[in-house]
Amino acid sequence: MFSSDNWQEIFQTIKKNKLRTFLSGFTITLGLLIFITLLGLGNGLKNSFNQFFMDDATNTMFIFPGRTSMPYKGYNVNRTIQFKNDDLTDIQKNFPFYLEYITPRIFRNGTVTFNNESNSYSYVGVSPAHQISEKTIMMKGRYLNDLDVKEKTKYAVIGRLVEKDLFKDRNALGEHVIINNTAYKVIGVFQDEGGDNEERRIYIPYTTLQLIEKNTDDINQIVLAYKPELGYAGAMIFEEKLTKFLKEKHEIAPDDQSGVFIRNIADNMNDNQQLSGVLTLIVTFVGIGTLIAGVIGISNIMVFVIKERTKEIGVRKALGATPFSIITMILQESIFITLIAGYVGLFLGIFVLKMIGDKLEDYFILNPYIDLGTAITATIILILFGALAGYVPAKRAAKIQPIVALRDE
Amino acid sequence: MIAIKDLHKSYKMGSNVLHVLKGINFNVEEGEMVAIMGSSGSGKSTLLNIVGMLDLLDTGSYTLDGVPIVNLNETKAAKYRNKFLGFIFQSFNLINYKTALENVALPLYYQRVPKKERDEKALQYLTKVGLANWATHLPSELSGGQKQRVAIARALAAQPKVLLADEPTGALDSTTSYEVMQLLQEINDEGKTLLVVTHEEDIANMCKRIVQLKDGIIIEDKKVNQVRASEYV
Ligand SMILES: Nc1ncnc2c1ncn2[C@@H]1O[C@H](COP(=O)(O)OP(=O)(O)OP(=O)(O)O)[C@@H](O)[C@H]1O
Ligand SMILES: [Mg+2]
Repeated sequence: MFSSDNWQEIFQTIKKNKLRTFLSGFTITLGLLIFITLLGLGNGLKNSFNQFFMDDATNTMFIFPGRTSMPYKGYNVNRTIQFKNDDLTDIQKNFPFYLEYITPRIFRNGTVTFNNESNSYSYVGVSPAHQISEKTIMMKGRYLNDLDVKEKTKYAVIGRLVEKDLFKDRNALGEHVIINNTAYKVIGVFQDEGGDNEERRIYIPYTTLQLIEKNTDDINQIVLAYKPELGYAGAMIFEEKLTKFLKEKHEIAPDDQSGVFIRNIADNMNDNQQLSGVLTLIVTFVGIGTLIAGVIGISNIMVFVIKERTKEIGVRKALGATPFSIITMILQESIFITLIAGYVGLFLGIFVLKMIGDKLEDYFILNPYIDLGTAITATIILILFGALAGYVPAKRAAKIQPIVALRDE
Repeated sequence: MIAIKDLHKSYKMGSNVLHVLKGINFNVEEGEMVAIMGSSGSGKSTLLNIVGMLDLLDTGSYTLDGVPIVNLNETKAAKYRNKFLGFIFQSFNLINYKTALENVALPLYYQRVPKKERDEKALQYLTKVGLANWATHLPSELSGGQKQRVAIARALAAQPKVLLADEPTGALDSTTSYEVMQLLQEINDEGKTLLVVTHEEDIANMCKRIVQLKDGIIIEDKKVNQVRASEYV
């Protein structure tokens, strides 16, 4: 069946029947090309959708300490849980696989004074990663950096409205503001799309805040981000593990619901997720539709091809071709063609997506892609159905009386 | 070589049954050259196709070279066709995308003869029918007579015991017809058994025996003095 002689016979028929070869090959190639391009564009649409609506760092979790509601290990009920710096380092140490970044938040309110102007603002002790989680946009100067945290510098990054309130039309950069009796140098001014409240904030290194407040290492909130590639399911696992870890560390009963709280932004995204799900559904639907169209196309062509060859099949049978040899001839030929054409379609499709790249960003198509698994599955489906589509009429043709085949015009 | 007893064949056409062969008794010895004659629709082709195992009989018996042809599956039938029978059709039935040589080599492909040997043999038979120089031509580049000679070479290539020709000259002018008949006579001279369906008197007279069919039965079966086609060429 796979002798070189056999292949020679097949190559000859392929070579000498260019139209037929082209038609069946073209269907497969085109089908895959359209499938991959559509699916890729759909994914691109989803990407830009996600960027629009889930733009505020969707992979963020907030961890708040609470009060215990059950006695545990000799502790009384109603114990206040206090996070400390070692909670940060422990989380970093234990969850490197999940963790993208982590930052504490210590919220304070205080009177902030510059020259004669003073006002009450909230100021927050953070580490540099807080800029990412909050999507803080620097207007001038810079944000806090790791060195500031390490050296406990008395630097402050103030909101746009703080500058406006206290400095009027003057430039705040480099000036000193007094926050609760301590002077901080303004190193940056930021804006935030979160609204006026968030632009009336001041960020200082959390270590500096701790130093000034009697050198404690207390923190009151932890903000962290998990790696986006974990996806929703991964985030859920992470959340579960993290809860367990913190409960153990702070000796909170495993089923105590109020010792620590984790708020996962992903949970709030349900609505958006649903819309995104609809998009996925549409893309899948279109993809399957294209595949079905491709399968129908190749089936029709195979029927046509075999119809066209009926007389030839009759001649071959008169010359001693067995039904088996007829079927294998047709199948080998069709599988060979669809294999090559499928390969071409696969690469052409991926190439087209690469070419599109970010060119269609204006049309809300961002970074179109198809994962290789889906593309290869589609290719295999088409090849398989191409073969099946060939098999059914081939078997029928191989079974008919040679005289009937010969009489075919 | 061929023994047919009480052969019946009918075709179903919707609700009608068309009884084509109504009890044929017919023997052919090795080396004979038999013309089958009769008016259009008398069942000549049907008989030949049954002999050629391209079609199945309804009732009766058929023995080919001592082998009873009954209950054959298609695979077995294909083997017998390949081994015992060579076909020559009125419309040549060459495969249009294969060269003359490749067409002649095709039955050998189904005998699993290696490629090189196949091509050698095919060329040998093309030489025999005088078309060695046309080996690499496609059927579309050949005249009718040439096509029929390629078909004859193809029928011979598998070295069958019996050659079956259904109106081999039907599509040819008379000069070309005689050339083809001369070739068939030479093949018969070498001892091959030939069955030739024709409705032309002169062609039939170039055989050694004429069988007349009418309405599905043999009405006449006579030996004749063979007219040599070479006299006309
Ligand atoms: N497959 C078929 N189905 C139905 N009827 C058929 C079939 N093959 C042949 N016939 C009918 O059987 C009868 C005999 O046909 P056959 O081809 O044997 O005639 P023939 O003697 O060869 O005629 P011609 O000289 O025209 O070739 C005709 O009436 C024909 O219509
Ligand atoms: Mg006929």
